Amino acid sequence: MITSAHNEAVVTTPHRTLAVQIIGVGGAGITLVELMRQGEPSGADFAVVDTDARSLAVSGARKKVHLEIPHPRGLGGGNDPDRGRALAEEQFSKLKALFTGADMVFVLAGLGGGAGTGIGPVVARAAKEAGALTLGFVAMPFDCEGRHRQRLALQGLTQFKAAADGAICLPNQKLCKLIDENTSVLETFKIINEFLVTGVFGVWRLLRHRGVIEIPFAELTALLQDRHTECALAIAEAIGPTRSREVMDKLLAHPLLDGGQVLVEAETVWVNLTGGPDLSMADINRVMGQINEQCERAQVIMGATVDETFKDRLAITLVAARKHPECDAWTKTAPNFGEPDQPRLSPLTGERSGSRFASVAPVLTPEQVAQLPARQGSGALRQRKSASRMRQAQLPLEIVSKGRFDKSEPTVHKGEDLDVPTYIRQGVPLN
Amino acid sequence: MFNRSSIIVGLEIGTSKVCAVVGDLAADDALNIVGLGQARSRGVRKGEIVDVAVAEEDVRCAIVEAEKMADVEIRSVYLGVTGSHLQGFNNRGVYPVASADREITADDVQDVIRSAKTINLPAENHTLHAIRQHFFVDGQDGIPDPVGMLGSRLEVDVHVVHGNRNRLQNAIRTVKGLQLEVDDIVFNGLAASLALLTSEQKELGSLVIDLGGGTADYAVCANGIIKHTGVLAVGGDHVSNDLAYGLKVSLSRAEQLKIEHGSSFVTPDDKGQSLTLPNEHGLPHKTVNLEHLRRIMSLRLEEIFRLIGQDLEQADVLDYLRAGVFLCGGGAHIPRITQLAEQVFQVPAFLGQTNSISGLKSALNQPEFATAIGLVKFGSFQQRKSGDKSSWANSFKNTLSQLFRCL
Repeated sequence: MITSAHNEAVVTTPHRTLAVQIIGVGGAGITLVELMRQGEPSGADFAVVDTDARSLAVSGARKKVHLEIPHPRGLGGGNDPDRGRALAEEQFSKLKALFTGADMVFVLAGLGGGAGTGIGPVVARAAKEAGALTLGFVAMPFDCEGRHRQRLALQGLTQFKAAADGAICLPNQKLCKLIDENTSVLETFKIINEFLVTGVFGVWRLLRHRGVIEIPFAELTALLQDRHTECALAIAEAIGPTRSREVMDKLLAHPLLDGGQVLVEAETVWVNLTGGPDLSMADINRVMGQINEQCERAQVIMGATVDETFKDRLAITLVAARKHPECDAWTKTAPNFGEPDQPRLSPLTGERSGSRFASVAPVLTPEQVAQLPARQGSGALRQRKSASRMRQAQLPLEIVSKGRFDKSEPTVHKGEDLDVPTYIRQGVPLN
Repeated sequence: MFNRSSIIVGLEIGTSKVCAVVGDLAADDALNIVGLGQARSRGVRKGEIVDVAVAEEDVRCAIVEAEKMADVEIRSVYLGVTGSHLQGFNNRGVYPVASADREITADDVQDVIRSAKTINLPAENHTLHAIRQHFFVDGQDGIPDPVGMLGSRLEVDVHVVHGNRNRLQNAIRTVKGLQLEVDDIVFNGLAASLALLTSEQKELGSLVIDLGGGTADYAVCANGIIKHTGVLAVGGDHVSNDLAYGLKVSLSRAEQLKIEHGSSFVTPDDKGQSLTLPNEHGLPHKTVNLEHLRRIMSLRLEEIFRLIGQDLEQADVLDYLRAGVFLCGGGAHIPRITQLAEQVFQVPAFLGQTNSISGLKSALNQPEFATAIGLVKFGSFQQRKSGDKSSWANSFKNTLSQLFRCL
């Protein structure tokens, strides 16, 4: 824990305030930026980028960049990420100029459409090249928006991860679990927007500290920079005398943490506790004890903030970062993502070669590639199957056969399956 | 020749073997082991029966062999059980002494024990043991027997071992299917500690680990009482499975390699050494790296000890282990396993000796029989007790800890 000497040192050191730039990309990004501006306008600089002149006009952000598309008369990117990307690449220097002097950039975007998916990653890259620590906050589309959008969004997310230091993924569909299903559409959107904004604020609070126990920016930078992680964000709040216990229950039940699985797999976890002046050390200990128990492998960084308005309340913001093994490969081959027409083929062959059991997919001529979807059969069921299989291929784990324990009840100890050989779980190489 | 009450049989249906031990309780209360039967077990995974028909056959083989050797007919057994569903915890009962002169009577003791045993368990759970620990009289700690003392408030701690009723029933039904009675079911870790520990070791504080095929059962004794028990559903099978996976050999070959070449440590001499495995014609077929074999094995074994250590730490009993760690079960045959245990627990470790029993000495002084012998010993306490007192409902189980101490 932090000693008092350390604490004093922290207090006496004069701080340069962190220059935070929040940039909204595309329609969804702009909406979020607007909401944020209403929420807490101090200390951050807002900017928006879009291809749609009308939505830009609505925004009250200080900096606006309009990427003009020649033919759809300034009305959006026509749901074509490639076009958006190309436009953004053209104006790369202009985008980069937006970020001069920023220490930290949050890129807010909704994936699945034209602007957010195409321009977002380029903006993130520009921010990173300008020397800022870049975090992407990306909202994934609802399942009902269709598979095409999902696929675009997944591609966009991969590109975001490759471009930014970290991408915090906020799947709208999972957030729906937080909301009563009979809520009206407007209400649902409002709640989700609010969640996203609270999420960004939470992370922002995490960085702007003003806390009793603070998270040094340098440490965070060291942990995040060039890691290209995928992060999960969870926020929980509880009121009352048993708040420290309740808040943990709520946090662990959070849909974005997948029943605690995310914590087990995380490699870095930042936690910020916000409480009122009555925040006790016992509360912090209890909460952190449980979190540490949940994520044994992760490096846990904690911060605590005291907020006068939080009397009797306790809020936790938790960001769990996990590195995908394939990310390295993505960063190296970054700019060359598959065309949206045949995404199923290009990423899948890349994944497959990693398997030791399935042979590498044969090299096909373009004509054969074109024939392939037709040969897969026209049945809807069949198609859905292949789509889900593609998503499953993104799991970072190699499936280890459990041999004779395959059919017996697994021995699980703190989230670890003890039936899997120890040397594999501990990552001991046998050369 | 023998009357029924003097024959006590302990039956352990383990993951790798079924073992029946026949004991003869002589008139002078000396326990003598007269028979032993064992069979390979095929219907058990992680200590629990998964194939009743096969398990029944294996139990029959073991029982028949034991009957032949002891020349008795076995009618009832004390059955050892284990499995990941078993859990142990401590519970305290409180009872205000009601009598006018504040003298604690035997009835008060019964009442306080009853109150300690009323535990809020899920309906499908069955309490296997409720072992009495020490009494407290008006907060005074460490009283073995409060009868006759004065006090107004009597408390007692019991160690409760409980498990899923249906899963316990599976083992009982298997035995009953062979027209055998089950006198009682006993947790294997407890039986092993009964067999291995002398009263001095129990007083001083010791940990017994039964490294079985499917599970590692453990029990901690200190100050003459059972402090903690637990089951880790990881055992020798896991070692074999790891080897089969890591060295890419068949499971039976992995088992053989484990027995012939296994070790708890990787020594510098193992580097670069390899073993040649013959195929069915005796010709060289495959080579296996000895270093890898031992590394896979030592990592797994170390993890088992470490997880047990973590559990003990959580239960705050790690500091009681002054007499050390005692190992039994098939896993105790692994070379230098005591050294590994010493390294992990930071206390001396020994192979458990079942020397507090007479009879068939050389055959029985093997670590894998410790649990079955412990079952016989458990049975002998029950029998002596029921011989002593006419009402055996009284004697039932609650006196185990007392007997435990007077070993």
